Amino acid sequence: MPVSESELALAHQFVDLDQQHDAATLGMWVFLVTEIMFFGGLFAGYAVYRSIYPAAFGQGSRLCDVTLGSLNTAVLISSSLTMALAVRAAQLGRRARLIAFLAATVLLGSLFLGIKFLEYSHKFHEHLVPGAAFEYSGPNSQQVQLFLCFYFGMTGLHAVHMVIGVGVLLVMIVLAWRGYITPLRYNPVEVAGLYWHFVDIVWIFLFPLLYLVDLHR
Amino acid sequence: MNTTLLEPREETGRNYLNADYSIRSWLLTTDHKRIAILYLVAITFLFFVGGAFAGLMRLNLLTPQGALVSAETYNKLFTMHGLIMIFFFLIPSIPAVLGNFLVPMMIGARDVAFPRLNLLSWYLFITGSLLAMVSALSGGVDTGWTFYTPYSTTYSNSYVVTMAAGVFITGFSSILTGMNFIVTIHTMRAPGLTWFRLPLFLWSLYATSAIFILGTPVIAISLLLLGLERIFGVGIFNPKLGGDPLLFQHLFWFYSHPAVYVMILPGMGVISEVVPCFARKRIFGYNFVAFSSVAIALIGFLVWGHHMFVSGQSIYAGMVFSFLSFLVAVPSAIKAFNWTATLYKGAITYHTPMLYALGFLGLFTIGGLTGLFLATLAVDVHVHDTYFVIAHFHYIMVGGAVMAFLGGIHFWWPKISGRLYPEAWARLSAVVIFLGFNLTFFPQFILGYLGMPRRYHSYPPEFQVLHVMSTAGSSILGVGYLIPLVYLLWSLRYGQAAGPNPWGAKGLEWQTPSPPPTENFERTPVVTEEAYAYTGEELSAGL
Amino acid sequence: MQSGLPLFPERASTIGASVDQLYFFLLAVAGVFATLIFASVFYLAIRYRRRPANLRAEQIPGSLVLELTWSLVPLGLMMVMFFWGASLYFRQARPPDGAAEIYVVGKQWMWKLQHPEGPREINELHVPLGRPIRLIMASEDVIHSFYIPAFRIKQDVVPGRFTSEWFQATKPGRYHLFCAQYCGTNHAQMNGWVYVMQPADYENWLSGGAPGESMPAAGERLFQRLGCSTCHRPDGAGRGPSLEGVFGKPVLLQGGAKVLADEAYIRESILNPDAKIVAGYQAIMPTFQGQISEEGLLQIIAYIKSLKRGTQP
Repeated sequence: MPVSESELALAHQFVDLDQQHDAATLGMWVFLVTEIMFFGGLFAGYAVYRSIYPAAFGQGSRLCDVTLGSLNTAVLISSSLTMALAVRAAQLGRRARLIAFLAATVLLGSLFLGIKFLEYSHKFHEHLVPGAAFEYSGPNSQQVQLFLCFYFGMTGLHAVHMVIGVGVLLVMIVLAWRGYITPLRYNPVEVAGLYWHFVDIVWIFLFPLLYLVDLHR
Repeated sequence: MNTTLLEPREETGRNYLNADYSIRSWLLTTDHKRIAILYLVAITFLFFVGGAFAGLMRLNLLTPQGALVSAETYNKLFTMHGLIMIFFFLIPSIPAVLGNFLVPMMIGARDVAFPRLNLLSWYLFITGSLLAMVSALSGGVDTGWTFYTPYSTTYSNSYVVTMAAGVFITGFSSILTGMNFIVTIHTMRAPGLTWFRLPLFLWSLYATSAIFILGTPVIAISLLLLGLERIFGVGIFNPKLGGDPLLFQHLFWFYSHPAVYVMILPGMGVISEVVPCFARKRIFGYNFVAFSSVAIALIGFLVWGHHMFVSGQSIYAGMVFSFLSFLVAVPSAIKAFNWTATLYKGAITYHTPMLYALGFLGLFTIGGLTGLFLATLAVDVHVHDTYFVIAHFHYIMVGGAVMAFLGGIHFWWPKISGRLYPEAWARLSAVVIFLGFNLTFFPQFILGYLGMPRRYHSYPPEFQVLHVMSTAGSSILGVGYLIPLVYLLWSLRYGQAAGPNPWGAKGLEWQTPSPPPTENFERTPVVTEEAYAYTGEELSAGL
Repeated sequence: MQSGLPLFPERASTIGASVDQLYFFLLAVAGVFATLIFASVFYLAIRYRRRPANLRAEQIPGSLVLELTWSLVPLGLMMVMFFWGASLYFRQARPPDGAAEIYVVGKQWMWKLQHPEGPREINELHVPLGRPIRLIMASEDVIHSFYIPAFRIKQDVVPGRFTSEWFQATKPGRYHLFCAQYCGTNHAQMNGWVYVMQPADYENWLSGGAPGESMPAAGERLFQRLGCSTCHRPDGAGRGPSLEGVFGKPVLLQGGAKVLADEAYIRESILNPDAKIVAGYQAIMPTFQGQISEEGLLQIIAYIKSLKRGTQP
């Protein structure tokens, strides 16, 4: 007896596709809560030190390239748009469109990472990476180094999450190519979309906190 | 119980254990029951490693000079005893072993929501534990399990980063377990199994999972920052470079306090299963016990500063944390009273799980009451960082959590293994453990108020008598733990075959053969009555 | 093997009596509840054991009255514990006016104690009976904790800041002093003795022995050597504010905020001068981070404390 498509789509532990869909979506939301707490620790540390050293954090922030940061913000927001469009395409069963939008998201995400790499290498050449090679001639150099610890820590952790996100999307592209994503089973793309949007939102918080402090001093 | 009974597959004898004997089928399993066994093996090994470290510590403390090991070695022993017991034994114990085995069965499901993530969580646990062992074998860590800065970041010459990495990775194992339990309990309950018909074990695991989700990432980031500081020499927690050592303490305790509720809530869940069964009575105050688990988890996130009353934290912050710490004690008290009330007008038998539960009730009560001393600001000033604290938390974690774990292992052993353990030996070891435990830890309350500080390799001579008593107790306790290891393993081969429900207990898991088949239930059961629906007519346990 | 089984510590401070009182209250409450639970469990487990006369359990779902009772009564008792403990804690945090000060510096693995009059001690602290003493403490390296069990006081000593605690001794004698925050290999060795002496004996002890430089004098020496006196002139005409009489008074900062000139403020001004600029002055003071030890900081603070109007040379 031929196996129906919905039976193929259903994992053995679930009773029906609805349960499977609900479980996967809830699972991703729960995971995102853990991510909020993970980044939250860094945000808490940032808040503490910014309140103690407001001037130094302003100085440190002005060392960050607002042009590149703004560009990256635009890139990432656009990638969330293409991601949302990809999910829609998956729901509608439009395979070519799905792959195109996923690819666009991957490209934009990679562009983001490329610009970040550019920023990091600038900092490296200016001896602004915290650690033994750190050099800063202005006042409050210790606290500026502390700011940069948070800059690298927070954007670095974010970048790691972006890399993972790009990897997940590449897997989605392969799955879509093989016809695995159908209107009955588009949940993987939807769940990947949740993750991608979350990573975007984290950046929306990071950008002003790191790039826009005391901008016009 | 009015559930759709499945046809037990006694004729074929196929169950989750004998479905496939190959190593590959075990190491690549996605069956929650096999994953539970994998965890059981790992944590049992780690428990005895951690216990050996404790044994060496207690032997060293027989004499005031601490002549058995050097100060440096002693410092590594207490650090690694704490790290192994907390992160690699207690935190996973009940959730990853009993929880993994029972959660799907108790809700009438075939497996957890994400079986492959479940297997991944075990591999992450093994990876983290291996890193911890590497750190130990390379020379160990001597920072105390609390890793306070700047000692751990700048001054310690031990294998801090390796150990921190091990704990970091193991944390993700907890997160995945928590995710799996929350989603499974939310979305995969059998028809008719409403929230207020759930066994209380599941309420407590749900609350525990919430803590896993909300708390574990914060210790992950704390350890990450610690590692970065140690490797790159930056100054996030180093005052000489503008950092604040107290920031580390806040971040650390924000997780590590809720972590202690992770360690006790599942144990409380086990007690809520065992007491009704062996008293043959529904639990007294179901709603209150259920809500108290949630209350403990929530309020437990608000009290971390009670570890920092003398740290240099503001005294007003101290007052807030003290107040909230008293609040969190109330739900625990409610549970203790409800369990006791469940005994009233019961028909009680003294099977081993019930002995462990009764022991838990007494020892957890003492542990919890002594917590009040620590929540009281002015008294904590005197006993903070003394043996009083050590006694308090061992009463809860060993007298409470470990006894609950052992009680649960014995209770569900027939289901897990298909065998009965030898009751006489089991009762004997429960009693030996109870006596050995009290002799080990009660003198420590006295030592603490006398002023004996913690983490001391040597001490003033007037404390010796109490230390000798404690060490004597610890040898008895050690023997007490070895006996079950022997007879439980023995029972796997020679134990009497257990039927589906040797205790006559309520609960969906008892409606399956022992051991259960891989898919648990042939057809999803339908639930029409509440939890612990004893009518008093049932045969007593063990008949 | 030491014979004797000590069960309760000696008590030798004013606050100690209050702490012990509260402790006995807690013991009483804990004792009552522990006995209640143990006795109930014991009694119920035996009375209601399964036997031919008792084969059937009675199903009792619960009782709202009981639940409320055994929630609210413990809560009430706990509120008593909380308020009592908090108010005592508040007293523990506030030394009486006119407390004598002694400076403590902790480092791996010893305690250095400095009396303002000059004498220095290592791992020993001589104090007079019946007088409130305030300890001002700093660490040179990691977190330590200064614990005197007989006085029932303890406070962590944290690098990068000052912490303090106070006591008033009530009984002459010799009492343990322990480090109570794990600080490395010889943490267990970082202890000593506190000697409580009759006031007359204490005065003799202070003036006997090798004459040591008083802390204000040592601080003044440091003040000159590091060049502080160049900018901080008594007439206020230097590039920095005058320090006469500044200690313990509010200071007006740039931007309008006011801050109390206590030990922490002086310390911060030396190590991180840009953090708070006094109104009317420029942010030109260099940092002395790395050039001055914890003891040096305490000596300068002692010196500044000693400056009253018209005394700075």
